[in-house]
Amino acid sequence: MYRYDDFDQTFVNERVEQFRDQVARRLSGELTEDEFKPLRLMNGLYLQLHAYMLRVAIPYGTLSSTQLRKLAEISRKYDRGYGHFTTRQNLQYNWPALKDTPDILAELATVEMHALQTSGNCIRNVTADQYAGVAAGEVDDPRIYAEVLRQWSSLHPEFSFLPRKFKIAITGCANDRAAIKVHDIGLVVVQNEAGETGFEFWVGGGLGRTPVIGKCINPFVAKRDLLSYTEAVLRVYNMLGRRDNMYKARIKILVNETGVEEFTRLVNEEWAEIREGYLELPEEEVQRIRAFFAPPAYEALEADPAEFMQKLDADPAFADWAHANLAPHKVSGYAIVNLSLKPIGGIPGDVTDSQMEAVAGLADQFSFGEIRATHEQNLTLPHVRQKDLYALWEALQALDLATPNVGLVSDIIACPGLDYCALANARSIPVAQMISDRFADLKRQHDIGPLKIKISGCINACGHHHVGHIGILGVDKKGTEFYQITLGGSAEEDAAVGQILGPAFGYDEVTDAVENVVNTYLELREGPGETFLQMVRRTGVTPFKEALYEAA
Amino acid sequence: MKLLKDGKPVSDDWTHLDDADPAPAAGGIIVSLARWREERDALLKRGQVGIRLKSDEAPAQIRDDLGHFGVIALEFPVYRDGRAFSYARLLRERFGYKGELRAVGNVLFDQLAFMHRCGFDTFEVQKDPDADRFAEALSTFSMRYQRAADDAPTALELRHKARRNVAQEGR
Ligand code: HEM
Ligand code: SF4
Repeated sequence: MYRYDDFDQTFVNERVEQFRDQVARRLSGELTEDEFKPLRLMNGLYLQLHAYMLRVAIPYGTLSSTQLRKLAEISRKYDRGYGHFTTRQNLQYNWPALKDTPDILAELATVEMHALQTSGNCIRNVTADQYAGVAAGEVDDPRIYAEVLRQWSSLHPEFSFLPRKFKIAITGCANDRAAIKVHDIGLVVVQNEAGETGFEFWVGGGLGRTPVIGKCINPFVAKRDLLSYTEAVLRVYNMLGRRDNMYKARIKILVNETGVEEFTRLVNEEWAEIREGYLELPEEEVQRIRAFFAPPAYEALEADPAEFMQKLDADPAFADWAHANLAPHKVSGYAIVNLSLKPIGGIPGDVTDSQMEAVAGLADQFSFGEIRATHEQNLTLPHVRQKDLYALWEALQALDLATPNVGLVSDIIACPGLDYCALANARSIPVAQMISDRFADLKRQHDIGPLKIKISGCINACGHHHVGHIGILGVDKKGTEFYQITLGGSAEEDAAVGQILGPAFGYDEVTDAVENVVNTYLELREGPGETFLQMVRRTGVTPFKEALYEAA
Repeated sequence: MKLLKDGKPVSDDWTHLDDADPAPAAGGIIVSLARWREERDALLKRGQVGIRLKSDEAPAQIRDDLGHFGVIALEFPVYRDGRAFSYARLLRERFGYKGELRAVGNVLFDQLAFMHRCGFDTFEVQKDPDADRFAEALSTFSMRYQRAADDAPTALELRHKARRNVAQEGR
């Protein structure tokens, strides 16, 4: 885990005091809501349908048990006893009172956390692969560079009033779990032929009303050039990005309108000016940060110990969970454990204060005190001994955090939708709940295999519907909620935007429609080895369309 | 409209001149880029001229003329339009402009520190400025994570300097 030094702590403390002053000026009436808005947004404070909402950053998704306990305590003390994990490795509180927010930030600062740049038209919380540091085949730990970027972007004097928000994600693996191709900048840590570490730079991806898959504008930016190259991209964007229309202001539109080649030329021209000089990333800083992410004291263990294998054989419920919720760890005898925040019929991403505290305890007991938040709104315990898995599973079951559905049909991403959001056309959470209930049978879920459903309540696409294997978008037709279905999207290394199936479905029909799509897949797949996404890519949407609309 | 310089309200020696208005015989005038281009020779002869750039007018266009201006004013048409932050850094850090760099338009108190760090040294503010508050705005943060036109060392630089010092003492 990265730990703040005096500089980092001073900075966050001063930021809290600044915000305390801003809130005081708002409460006294010195600032109007309009004047206060840009200030609160830079501290993650939104005004929602019913109340303020505070978005806390979990930089690169890594949390200590101490931090998670603090998040639990805050939810109990200042909110309604729960928090909501989002698709960008943040935690949201839905009901804080304005007057309490400076105290909340002060409490966060005591555990080296903040809500900096989780909203507003600035460089947002940098997200990373939730398996960073433990995934097999990783070139280097992406969190080192995410931390470098976090610091460089914090209250950047030039880039705090960009045309629009700016999101960066980074992965250290060819296997992309961080959705880097749908970010404004997506980075893949790679090695060149000389064995040097650097980054593939993907620019201009994004969702919203114009979904775009990012373009690779440089296949290898050396480690020392990370900041100068990023600054060059940001400067070109800040000067040339559109400001006349909020919906055309993201960098993806600039890249498309300028053309990738010309955009790349502009970046390179700017880069040539700043490449040599103070933006060079010193290796000693990389080493300093790397030391914080040094592997914990793993024991030398044999892989697949007998006690684990026996339980797998003896207990089918445990085997189901192990099958869906575990991922291979790079160290023999250990496993990566995913805790599902998607209980059948539950609200995706919600977690109560007591669950958070219990998870913190389990992390201390089984995972060197470390927890990860995933962009798919789940939690991960990154280093669990295989021989402890059964005990952990039993404990998680008692907490309702052992639903064996990670990556399966009921592991749904959903935005807050009409239940919380002022911009929504339609409800999202209840649709997720209906679908989850419909597929409650876990045997059926495992038979269906990997399938990602993503739901947004409007075209802003907070629920990533464009890149869902099945995407569901809430639309408004004369005041009634309707849902448009897309197929074939993906946010991973094979990123793609889904294709619209046909006319939208009513609130009461959408679950049937999804089930129809799933049944078509089960009928037509070339065997259980062919995943849903593979089949959609093989057959296109036509057979699904036929089954769905001709039956009606 | 008040002008802040060195954290204090000062009287303004410059007049913003509308494109349609004739230039007064004496006194500093700030003209638009369009007017500068039209009347360059006459303005050069007159002297005491400053220029005002709109947020879509990049300063590269006046790079060769910088020596002629007593002040460069960069416009923030709305606080959200942050192009002038980049323009200011280019003027200071790349083009070597040393004269007065003025923030005009929708200039918010809470942006002053950012502007200052990007190289602005005077600010036309809307509300009656309070000198104490200005100093406070600039001193809210005692450290910074990135270099800009203010040229102060960053946390990263200080951190490694401190380490190097410790390492040397140890020897
Ligand atoms: C309820 C209050 C919320 C409001 C008003 C809101 C508003 C918006 C808007 C207007 C956009 C489009 C921005 C653009 O394209 O430039 C957007 C995008 C997005 N939001 Fe939200 N959002 C809310 C909550 C959430 C939550 C809870 C999450 C996470 C679970 C989230 C995650 C995202 C993501 C990932 C995007 C897509 C960014 C992209 O285009 O690449 N939002 N949101
Ligand atoms: S997708 Fe639309 S409805 Fe859902 S949270 Fe975002 S803005 Fe609100």
